[in-house]
Amino acid sequence: MIIVFFVLAFVAVGCAISMLITRNAIYSALFLVLNFATVAILYLILGAPFIALSQITVYAGSVIVLFLFVVMLLGAERLPGGEPLRWQRFIAMALGLVLAVNLGLAITQQAGDLGMLAAPEKGFGAPVEVGRVLFSQYVLPVQIVAFILLVAVVGAVVLSRSEEISHRRELYRKPEAKE
Amino acid sequence: MDGAMILEWVLKSVFILLFMTAGFAYTTLFERRMIAKFQARIGPNRAGPWGLLQPVADGLKLIFKEELIPAHADKVMFVLAPVITVIPSLIVTAVVPWGGVVDLFGRKVPLYLADVNVGLLYIMAVTSISVYGITLAGWASNNKYATLGGLRSTAQMISYEIAMGFCFVVPVLLAGSLSLVDIVEAQKKIWFIFLQPGAAIILAITMYAEVNRAPFDMPEAEQELTAGYHSEYSGMKFALFFMAEYIKMIAVSMIFATLFLGGYHFPFVDQIPVIGPYLGPFVLLAKTLVLLFGFIWVRATLPRIRYDRLMAFGWKVLFPLSLLSVLVTAAMVLLVK
Repeated sequence: MIIVFFVLAFVAVGCAISMLITRNAIYSALFLVLNFATVAILYLILGAPFIALSQITVYAGSVIVLFLFVVMLLGAERLPGGEPLRWQRFIAMALGLVLAVNLGLAITQQAGDLGMLAAPEKGFGAPVEVGRVLFSQYVLPVQIVAFILLVAVVGAVVLSRSEEISHRRELYRKPEAKE
Repeated sequence: MDGAMILEWVLKSVFILLFMTAGFAYTTLFERRMIAKFQARIGPNRAGPWGLLQPVADGLKLIFKEELIPAHADKVMFVLAPVITVIPSLIVTAVVPWGGVVDLFGRKVPLYLADVNVGLLYIMAVTSISVYGITLAGWASNNKYATLGGLRSTAQMISYEIAMGFCFVVPVLLAGSLSLVDIVEAQKKIWFIFLQPGAAIILAITMYAEVNRAPFDMPEAEQELTAGYHSEYSGMKFALFFMAEYIKMIAVSMIFATLFLGGYHFPFVDQIPVIGPYLGPFVLLAKTLVLLFGFIWVRATLPRIRYDRLMAFGWKVLFPLSLLSVLVTAAMVLLVK
């Protein structure tokens, strides 16, 4: 199991880095899909098939498809090469070094309890359990998220049709102006 | 998890893959013969008795065709796209049960590969992945028609997937489980199509759109887009797209039969002495064949829908109706309880 974990971790990190490096937006999106898929398999290993398949359906299946759709529709495959903010790079390097040192320290000092987790009991994270918790303990957050999503959907519709709406208003206004 | 168990899983997986591939070959023949009948023609009947060797001849022909890769095409994606299209269609039926538990060679063998408690979600995940192949094929071909075809099919499949997802919720509500085995067992007394005919009809329509078949074969509209996303493909790469389309047809027919037509159950069949429990797969196959005939019948009968009407139909008609059917089913389940 630990070998599978390391292979998957390696692939996931590799995909994430390639996604950042590659200069083609389509390949970037596809590396992100691969990353999501490997993370989903990690969830499967941890005994959470529901979360794993939700991850694939929502992120790999819907979000990135829309990304691809927009990239292809706009013909924006080639990303611009140069970095407009040159000084950012040096700060990023320094901060990255700090982060690496920090991580290294954390691992060397606390590596003692980096063991395998025991597999959760059967039925943990099953759809029934997830549903029960979502609609009893976390019912308020679920409602709030649903409301925010609704606002976003209405906003998208209004934004995409704003021209048409203003055009229609003018059509109705014109006869009044003549009188 | 002993050795025999692993062998059993491997054998079942290989059987499903081989069955789907063979099914693809003979579905093409079935379709050509049937369409010929609809159009008062004879159809392919030269290769072998009743044209039974026609798929073999087609396969041989396609192997010997030249494989072209257009100039300035994205080579990696161009080669990968057909593969990405075929794999989801081959693996989507892994969770569909073929029958109950039977005695085979002295051991209890369940006639399904995987009874996972997230079966329906697995189908959703795999179908949502299958969009990639078509989109990438269109983009990688470096051809305007192909790109347009790919974009259209992406928009169509995403739009109809939403209504399809809501139709999946209906059997889940009625059976109280996401596992397909539980859903089939819950239909032992009455098939879900009699409880919720509306949802079944919506699911059937979205299925046609999901596999890009007539009257929703917009992505490959010959007259306006030459052949949509696969206009630049030839030889075996083209055959892979062709294969994916037909395997998807078989797969969605099996899924529809499982969700709404009682899967491997048929009244009184399991009461037949001795061979009763072994007949499950044949019942499922018979239902699949009827649904496949439906696909062909619709293709022979209906003209293609215009693109804007197709999108309007998906979003303004099917989506609200599927929401309504979920609401009605939920109310029904609560009232019966």
